[in-house]
Amino acid sequence: MSELVGTTLGLYPLPDPAKESLSDLKGHQKSDLVDGDERDAVLAAYADARDAVIDEQRDAGLDRIVEGQLRWDDMLAHPLAVHDEVETRGIVRYYDNNNFYRDPAVVGELAFDGDVAADLERGFADDDPVDPSRRQAVLPGPYTLADLATDEYYGDDAEFLDAIGEFLAAEGGAFPDVETLFLLEPSLATNPPGDGEDARASEAIDAVATAIDAEVVVFPYWGALEEKVYAHLLDADVDAVGFDFATEQHDHTYLINEYGTTDDVALGLIDGQNTLVETPEAVRERVEWVQEQAVVADFDRIYVTPNTGLFYLPYGTFVEKLQVLGEAAARREVSA
Amino acid sequence: MSKERFRPADHPNEHFLMTTVVGSYPKPTWHHRARDLYESDDDDVDFDADDWDEAKDDAARAIVHEHERAGIDVVTDGEMRRNEMVEYFADRIDGYEFNGPVKVWGHNYFDKPSVVEPVEYDEPWLVDEYEFTTAVADGPVKVPITGPYTLARWSFNEAYDDVEALTYDLADLVNEEIESLIDAGARYVQIDEPALAQHEDDHAIVGEALERVVDGVPDDVRVGTHVCYGDYSRIYPEILEFPVDEFDLELANGDFEQLDVFRDPPFTKDLALGVVDVHDAEVESVEEIKRNIERGLEIVPPERLVVSPDCGLKLLPRESAFRKMRNLVTAAREVEAALDAGEIESPAPSSATADD
Repeated sequence: MSELVGTTLGLYPLPDPAKESLSDLKGHQKSDLVDGDERDAVLAAYADARDAVIDEQRDAGLDRIVEGQLRWDDMLAHPLAVHDEVETRGIVRYYDNNNFYRDPAVVGELAFDGDVAADLERGFADDDPVDPSRRQAVLPGPYTLADLATDEYYGDDAEFLDAIGEFLAAEGGAFPDVETLFLLEPSLATNPPGDGEDARASEAIDAVATAIDAEVVVFPYWGALEEKVYAHLLDADVDAVGFDFATEQHDHTYLINEYGTTDDVALGLIDGQNTLVETPEAVRERVEWVQEQAVVADFDRIYVTPNTGLFYLPYGTFVEKLQVLGEAAARREVSA
Repeated sequence: MSKERFRPADHPNEHFLMTTVVGSYPKPTWHHRARDLYESDDDDVDFDADDWDEAKDDAARAIVHEHERAGIDVVTDGEMRRNEMVEYFADRIDGYEFNGPVKVWGHNYFDKPSVVEPVEYDEPWLVDEYEFTTAVADGPVKVPITGPYTLARWSFNEAYDDVEALTYDLADLVNEEIESLIDAGARYVQIDEPALAQHEDDHAIVGEALERVVDGVPDDVRVGTHVCYGDYSRIYPEILEFPVDEFDLELANGDFEQLDVFRDPPFTKDLALGVVDVHDAEVESVEEIKRNIERGLEIVPPERLVVSPDCGLKLLPRESAFRKMRNLVTAAREVEAALDAGEIESPAPSSATADD
């Protein structure tokens, strides 16, 4: 029997009224995006939007609740984009998506910042607090964050990755009590690390995972990991690995059967980049399909999730998908 | 078809480096105000569909003339009637629906449409736009159309097995529209494919889609393809097999770093070279643009070079857009004169035999 936990990878779309109000408050240009030093009116608009997406998750009955990462103008590059020792440069393409972020150039030592922890405090501990057992934090994985950034300070790829890992560990160490941390690592799949780098990526993930007292889920997406990268990832002390079953199925069941996996897994079964809304029944069938295919594995817990962040979707569709996740995971346990 | 057909009767030089634009242009402030009035829910606002049509006509006329005052040889109406390059078409194609805005970057959003059933041609897209533009223009007019691959890639696909299948169905609709445009007199169409060069191996889909797009298009119609902000090494040299006359490429923004991609094997199509950056309001000097044009002559000889901005000008302040066009034209004319005088020579091999 596997316990089903309905949750998401965070990175939510702003509610439509907030899209408009924040656009008016902040402006449309590169220099108008968040820098960690926003005005009270901007922070207040984000607080309202955060309350709205927390309510949506409660309404949907999700088991874990995120604050939504609504301030992350630069998506997964956000924790660097707001750092004092980082200069944001030109607008560059975000993976193979029609999305763009400011290229964060690291020009000094990546000391502790606290930006992500502050958003978690704001989201979880306001006048209608989220119970600690349902709180989930989200961070970019160290390999992904290094991949999205430009290093102009450390001068060495290995040293830079280590520094990013230590920085994220310090950020995570300052979090309020959270039950779960999702570390998002799309770059592990889209731009696989080479020899040696794969082991270092795993060590950097390990450094972040051990710094925080929470269940840690590492989630690569947009395809399956190369075998060696996956094997190294399993060396990290994490509680669960995530699999993007929306874009790749058989390579994932192969990896699970060939190399084994963590006791808990996260299954990205809802397409975070398509408005076609899955049914809860279809999601449950996919859970069962994975269990049947993964003949050698017996998952203690399955996080039922989308395969990516959800900001790609129009707000209405995003809400519908939350509800599907909530319903799909509502049947608490499944056996293959 | 050769660009020679579009040489103005009073062209001052022997050489002809045709100048054109990619398509979009900043909308006049009053045009935005007119849209706000038209979309207003306020009962006291008296501004109906006829008023809005008149505002669009006025804007199109003004921008055509603005292109002509800058000296552009082949003009557009600045896409004054179009809200956005995917939304505009999706709105006119059966099978699409809209669910709300999604983020592109920062607080820039777009109403990314969803394909919810097989796409079908419903109403004309651009024939009215073309007929109006050509009626108010003194010279030749180019019609930019968002290409089928970009229409597919930049939509949510709920109805087709994959992007490829959706692209081909959309290509058939673009073909139908181009037939109508040709019947209306259009002789220069540009298929905009900014999504090309952003995904591995997408050139194969675009190549097949373009075969469908140009099916039945007569030889005396010039067909171009505009590509921007991608990794061109992903698509070159495969794109040389595409059934088009010209590639219009963004290159100034990257300071021509990607120019080397096109040296080997030799570029066999006409090159519409982006010589001014559209993401920087600072206006390039005539001298700088001349140097940029000469970079193009490293790739193709003068008879196959066209001069163009990197991309649509719509995000620039209007004055900056105008001054960029004016400097672009001055620079092109000065390079032509220098070529006539033998002061500069094209390092690219002449295509006198390849162009027959």
